[in-house]
Amino acid sequence: MALDQIVDGLSEVSCDVLVIGGGTAGPMAALKAKLKNPKANVVLLEKANVKRSGAISMGMDGLNNAVIPGYATPEQYTKEITIANDGIVDQKAVYKYAQNCYKIIEELDSFGIRFLKNENGDYAVKKVHHIGTYVLPMPNGETVKKALYRQLRRARILISNRYMATRLLKSSDGRIAGAISVNTRTAEILVIKAKAVILCMGAAGRLGLPTSGYMFGTYENAANSGDGYAMAYHAGAALANLECYQINPLIKDYNGPACAYVAGPFGAFTANNEGSRFIECDYWSGQMMLEFYNELLSGKGPVFLQLKHLHPDTISEIESTLHKVERPTRGLFQQGRGVDYRNESIEMHISEIGFCSGHSASGVFVDDNARTTVPGLYAAGDMASVPHNYMLGAFTNGSVAGIDAMEFADSHDFAEFDAADVANERDRVLAPTKREDGIPPNQVEYKTRRLVNDYLQPPKVTRKYELGMRRLAETREDMQEHMIARNAHELLRALEVQSIMDCADMAVHASLYREESRWGLYHWRTDFPEKDNENWFCHTLLSKQNGKMTSEKRAVEPYVVPIADDEKDLYDKQRIRATA
Amino acid sequence: MPLASYQTSVPVVVDDAKCIADKGCTVCVDVCPLDVLRISDMSGKAYMAYDECWYCMPCEADCPTGAVTVNIPYLLR
Repeated sequence: MALDQIVDGLSEVSCDVLVIGGGTAGPMAALKAKLKNPKANVVLLEKANVKRSGAISMGMDGLNNAVIPGYATPEQYTKEITIANDGIVDQKAVYKYAQNCYKIIEELDSFGIRFLKNENGDYAVKKVHHIGTYVLPMPNGETVKKALYRQLRRARILISNRYMATRLLKSSDGRIAGAISVNTRTAEILVIKAKAVILCMGAAGRLGLPTSGYMFGTYENAANSGDGYAMAYHAGAALANLECYQINPLIKDYNGPACAYVAGPFGAFTANNEGSRFIECDYWSGQMMLEFYNELLSGKGPVFLQLKHLHPDTISEIESTLHKVERPTRGLFQQGRGVDYRNESIEMHISEIGFCSGHSASGVFVDDNARTTVPGLYAAGDMASVPHNYMLGAFTNGSVAGIDAMEFADSHDFAEFDAADVANERDRVLAPTKREDGIPPNQVEYKTRRLVNDYLQPPKVTRKYELGMRRLAETREDMQEHMIARNAHELLRALEVQSIMDCADMAVHASLYREESRWGLYHWRTDFPEKDNENWFCHTLLSKQNGKMTSEKRAVEPYVVPIADDEKDLYDKQRIRATA
Repeated sequence: MPLASYQTSVPVVVDDAKCIADKGCTVCVDVCPLDVLRISDMSGKAYMAYDECWYCMPCEADCPTGAVTVNIPYLLR
């Protein structure tokens, strides 16, 4: 049989709660939904394989936002995240996360995932943020996925691997009715009717092109092509603050975390080519990223993570975490370049752009119950709008989503959808397989992402954005009329390109809408260089209305935790002052 | 428009002598997040069919016989 041969087929199944995406938030959402009502059917749909999918494929080196009694309070954390996001935060969801995350840590601990403890048996939390102490190392963080998978099997969650969801189904009154998916190895269509759907599909991490030119050498797991953002958009859900891009500091070329959160608490720091510190704090914020960007472009770049001044034993300890967990090929990469942390600093750079609430704030709009603006549709993890989520946020908000979605499913029957929606989507999905001749997905993807780099990367210039919009529209036409997929695997890539293109369009639209600069490098508009609180102290919500991309303002909810005037700009003062 | 294929050195290498895919093992193919590994119809062994690698390591870490090696893709090495 030819490689990944296309098979004609369509089947339909139904379940109470459908969770799409089996990375971090998804497994927790599925587990909590099932535990809430053990008699209900919960399906976990995954484009790859739940065993090793998502951002934590090889585990995680630590919790970046653990609110642990005795070290930090929910009030303090909520304040810190609000300030780090220039105030544009609905605090209720952040506060709820901060209150619940400790319970989730204990639960993860009971699953067999271990966290660093001190000699008294207390969690050994480290300080990385500007104000509070929230970083908890995970010395055996490589076990996370295995531990989760065990729980899923025990709870009898129905797992469907290698199905890529492409569109959501809705009833005529706007309620969620299920999803359409396609098998990534056979191109067979699977329709899943569901009373509630939870999207946990990760970041839009394949938006910009890495400077290495290797398309899959992205910061985020390259499987995270923004499918969730695109699906939510086409279902009419609102997406929040997409102009607040994700840009990360990283190991140059390798494109993975360096990782200051791991090494910082041991005494490592970010330095310029003179070996001097230039930022006050390594916690990622837009302002910190702007200082990083400025330093790279000044005569004082490159930027390094410096740890050669530390004791060899300390370096070994850092090394054993960096080279074992999260991105274990970091060791291989450094070895290949002959870099030994004992005598050489790690050359850093900043990443391509993406959407990811896990590190910034761009995501499908959700309230404190993980509900989107579409009834019965939920979102959690890197693709939902709760800012600075990281892994623990994905677990905690995934848990919230799972419980609330099952309550929704218990009180609603299946919504009816129009059979024509399935037929139309099937035609759309399979269109690239019906053409004899055309452009392969890898070329459409390269061009789209190259345009993203050329025109969309901050600093954002209106004239560049307008040109970018035109070039992207031309490429979209090629994609829709001429893209070919000769087998099921190419079809998977062809569908991902369409998500990437949708995300690029949303990035342009959202960025042009907010006529001010905010979040440091993330939304630095040269035509509107100042922060404008009078007109833009608000969220922006992007959605599809009458088939058209539309943006509107949404007021920031009144704060639960008040921020004093002299605290508001704590994250603005990132640059180390010359006269200390 | 005619298509051409171009050469690329792939980062994931499988030691055929150690690989037991011909005995029915599919672990590396199953766990890959990017779904780029396949079993060869000719040799019965696993190989990298698509150069779309995140150099993430599950294939190497989960292989029961230690047959799989992940290298850093050449462009970013």
